[in-house]
Amino acid sequence: MKINYNFAFFDEGSKREIRRATLKAIAIPGYQVPFASREMPIARGWGTGGLQLTLSLIGKEDVLKVIDQGSDESVNAVNIKKLVKATTGITITGITTEATIIQSRHRIPETPLKEGQILVLQVPLPEPLRYYEPSEYETKKLHAEKEYSGAWLMLFEQIMNYGHMSTGADHPVMVHDRYVMAPSPIPRFDNPKMNCAKALILLGAGREKKIYAVPPYTRVRSLDFEDFLFEAESFQGKSCRQCGATGVYLDEILDDATGKTFYQCNDTGFCMQRLNGKPC
Amino acid sequence: MSDFEQPVLSVSLLNKQYGNGCASCRSSRRDRLIKNYCPVCGTVYACRDITFEVHAGEILGVVGESGSGKSTLMQCLYFDQDVSGGGAYISAYKNGQANIFAESSQQKRYIRNHIMGKVYQNPVMGLKMDFTAIGNIAEKLIAAGNRNVGRMEARGMGLLEHVNIPVYRAKEVPKNFSGGMRQRVQIAKALSNNPPLLLLDEVTTGLDLPVQASVLDLIKKIQRERDISVVVVSHDLGVIRMLADRTVVMLDGRIIEQGLTDQILEDPQHNYTQHLVQALLG
Ligand SMILES: Nc1ncnc2c1ncn2[C@@H]1O[C@H](COP(=O)(O)OP(=O)(O)O)[C@@H](O)[C@H]1O
Ligand SMILES: [Mg+2]
Ligand SMILES: [Zn+2]
Ligand SMILES: [Zn+2]
Repeated sequence: MKINYNFAFFDEGSKREIRRATLKAIAIPGYQVPFASREMPIARGWGTGGLQLTLSLIGKEDVLKVIDQGSDESVNAVNIKKLVKATTGITITGITTEATIIQSRHRIPETPLKEGQILVLQVPLPEPLRYYEPSEYETKKLHAEKEYSGAWLMLFEQIMNYGHMSTGADHPVMVHDRYVMAPSPIPRFDNPKMNCAKALILLGAGREKKIYAVPPYTRVRSLDFEDFLFEAESFQGKSCRQCGATGVYLDEILDDATGKTFYQCNDTGFCMQRLNGKPC
Repeated sequence: MSDFEQPVLSVSLLNKQYGNGCASCRSSRRDRLIKNYCPVCGTVYACRDITFEVHAGEILGVVGESGSGKSTLMQCLYFDQDVSGGGAYISAYKNGQANIFAESSQQKRYIRNHIMGKVYQNPVMGLKMDFTAIGNIAEKLIAAGNRNVGRMEARGMGLLEHVNIPVYRAKEVPKNFSGGMRQRVQIAKALSNNPPLLLLDEVTTGLDLPVQASVLDLIKKIQRERDISVVVVSHDLGVIRMLADRTVVMLDGRIIEQGLTDQILEDPQHNYTQHLVQALLG
């Protein structure tokens, strides 16, 4: 039996409600807007927040790219693409510049985003103060009063324990000088790409039922101290073994045969395009 | 001290009730309450018309049996609880002209971070047990706008040394500390921004006697060495006798007597105070 779903899986009422929350999120950059997260045919924690955003926004003309930790072809990315394709019939692409909507987990593509594009990031833990303050009631108050000592304290603790700020991913940012936000588990390397980005960035947390946003051309500053400045991971002097790219986020790979380490673009779409000799 | 010197803290007709009250207790609460409690609606009148002053450089003691409203009073002053009525004025804040209870929550945070320090009976209330001792101190420095790790670390280490926490334990979490050490960390934290006013709620209650004595000595030392006024709350008149220049006696949410500590010990006026003194001095 073939079930006929509404376009983009959700009924129009649900999409409208998600879009309403999204509009509010865009109007208050970095502020977490609660929304009625829906049941999805994929498990929570596998990107249902991002997927709900994508499905609520997508139109027949859109072109979608899905990345999972830099890869276009992981099981998770493929499943999401299949679901969107099956319920919308729209074009799916691997090329960042061709996409109108890019749904991603854990990375912002290397190719700079353009005006008119929407980057949807999947978020497991939207609350940047959660480890500091377990109660949602209290963290809401802290945000309302712009009381972010806890965010800096968590970084201070890292410096006390490890000698440096050790957030591997999800390093907190201050958005539009007002709200401290979890940028989702992107590497520190990607944080600066959020600052004054030309594209609209939407973040969705399915399990935690939150949507938040960074509108185009918004100031996004990674938290740091006067004497411990924010630094992205450095790949100075290293390049991709496949395409030769430098100044991109590289995965360190151990060659079992030779025992040597080499580097490779984490953004496989970007790497493939360079290998194909296409401009990007 | 000049006669005209403004009090550091002035509390006026502070009221705090838990519950909304009913016709019975609102009309003529005096005779219908059982101690501080309305048997009809269950409302507790924890603080009633509390009025007192704290002067520069003095230690004011607040003594009274369990349930008399001491902790509630401290919670109200530190904004842990909203008051039901009344005012408090601090000379270091807007020159003592503003009722701090009527300020915005952001201003209240400012007062907590810059003008007051508090030590709780239960260290879990005052410390993050899973954050390092030095981090706990930094929390208050960060809240006051500090963004320099080196300076905060130096300040925190100095404070920990001051309260006799060995520097090599500064990066341990208070969860691993003894009760006495936890109170010392709380005291260091409370002092971190050099506040003119320190609030201590049963800081030594539950500690072994020798540890109690050393914490009391520390409080005395701090008060001697710093330009700070202290409010010490305890159910134990012995503790108050050791520390306080002046003493306020509370019973059922009211102040029933206040004066110089020596005077109260020598010549207690109220029945209840006489009992307290007798129990202490035998
Ligand atoms: N959160 C609360 N809700 C209701 N009643 C409370 C609360 N906290 C304290 N009380 C009541 O208020 C009165 C004063 O309590 P408290 O201030 O803790 O006294 P003390 O510190 O002198 O022992 C007591 O009757 C107590 O039961
Ligand atoms: Mg108490
Ligand atoms: Zn490459
Ligand atoms: Zn009543």
